Amino acid sequence: MTVVTFVQHDGSERMVDGDVGLSLMETALKHDVPGIDADCGGGAICGTCHCFVEVSGDLPAPDSQETAMLGLRPDRAENSRLACQIVLAEGMADIKVRLPEFQM
Amino acid sequence: MDAPAVKAAPDYSALPLSELDISDPRMFQFDYWHGLFARLREESPVHFQSDSPAGPFWSVSRYEDIVAIECDTETFSSEPAISIIDPEPDMILKMFIAMDPPQHDDQRRAVHHVVAPRNLKEFEALIRRRTVEVLDALPENEPFDWVTLVSRDLTTKMLATLFDYPWDERNNLTEWSDMFTNDERITAGEGLKREVIIEHITACLQRFTELWHERKGDGGEAFDLIRMLQADPNTANMVDDPLTYMGNIMLLIVGGNDTTRNSMSGGVVFLNQFPQEMEKVRANPDLIPSMVSEIIRYQTPLPHMRRTATRDTEFRGQRIRQNDKVLLWYVSGNYDAAAIERPNDFWIDRPNVRGHLSFGAGIHRCMGNRLAEMQLRILWEEALRRFKTIELAGEAERTCNLFIRGFTRLPVRVTRF
Repeated sequence: MTVVTFVQHDGSERMVDGDVGLSLMETALKHDVPGIDADCGGGAICGTCHCFVEVSGDLPAPDSQETAMLGLRPDRAENSRLACQIVLAEGMADIKVRLPEFQM
Repeated sequence: MDAPAVKAAPDYSALPLSELDISDPRMFQFDYWHGLFARLREESPVHFQSDSPAGPFWSVSRYEDIVAIECDTETFSSEPAISIIDPEPDMILKMFIAMDPPQHDDQRRAVHHVVAPRNLKEFEALIRRRTVEVLDALPENEPFDWVTLVSRDLTTKMLATLFDYPWDERNNLTEWSDMFTNDERITAGEGLKREVIIEHITACLQRFTELWHERKGDGGEAFDLIRMLQADPNTANMVDDPLTYMGNIMLLIVGGNDTTRNSMSGGVVFLNQFPQEMEKVRANPDLIPSMVSEIIRYQTPLPHMRRTATRDTEFRGQRIRQNDKVLLWYVSGNYDAAAIERPNDFWIDRPNVRGHLSFGAGIHRCMGNRLAEMQLRILWEEALRRFKTIELAGEAERTCNLFIRGFTRLPVRVTRF
């Protein structure tokens, strides 16, 4: 079981149990974690599930579409990812992500 | 044009595909586009039309295909233009909407902060005050034109507020915006010649250049879009590059004008067509943000954007050649039953209500989307609070423009609580 921790911009934290096969974005929505808009529903075409990965095991690198969308973010950092593109897999290490002040 | 105005929906089922005219803006003016795009989605989802006032072009009508092309920016470029009309070589404004990566990304990032949610909070109270003033001044129980007194007035005041534009000159902003998109080649010959449009662009640039210099270094707080550009190191000298400054100003003016204005009108029409949705939102005003997204889908104020093929390519079995124009019909994708459940229903709490194509998709997705949503949310919060009824009081008149789906007149009658 992978434990997912979402850290809000104000520092408050929420830990939830992740389901294999769900993305981080879907995990947040399932547990009503605020701070992720996910306008497009998971296609990496809107950029409104931006997050910063603070702690994780090895993750597959972002593909070209995710990289393109991240490239638009004025607040992009080294650890920027789209939460819809990180899918929880069997045996995956616990993961902690910080959410930006606003999605846009 | 000598063709008679089409008032009723023509019978598309009888016409061969080659005779369908997807370049005629009267399909929006007389609201007969539904059948046309339904046929394209079904029979010719990547469709070539060999002749139009702006030359040959492809039409992409399915949701999934539109997204696929939006994401392949290497094959389908946003340069040189995002409308079917090519720019004049002597006046190529530098707008990031009509650029590809990496230049697009740099320019967009540089101005994104002006419409970022942090700044929107600063604007919200002011926008609400303006909205309240406009609604409180409306006549009661007698027909008035919602387009003039609400949609147009409100978007003009909001634009003037965002730019801190001289209040008594504010109608300039809306007039310029209208002129920029009113080219005769996309308005069934009713619009302006290119030379006239360029004169207006020049006048607009001159005024905005004056405002830039007046404000530079005057110590005012950076609450308006001009001062925000000045305050950011990436854009602090933008005025020195007039084509870039003007390109960005035009993007902000046009992007924040027709789109919001026509969604403000569309909402009234849809809530009258679907009275059960009006009851729903009256019973539960928390649905307003979701309703706003549904209004934006249902209206699709910008019905398409254009891409241009950078090389010969094959897409869904069609051979698209280098330099071919490819129109992505958001208005069709938004009504594609393969992607949107019961697309013809205006359904304010539909699942995945934000998943429409009105803002586009991918790297060019509308930068001002949160601002637009906020303006519409405030309008409906305030309108539903003070009006007991908001009813259509006559025939709507729609805009004759291939690039804009909107209303020129909308008779409405309201009563107050």
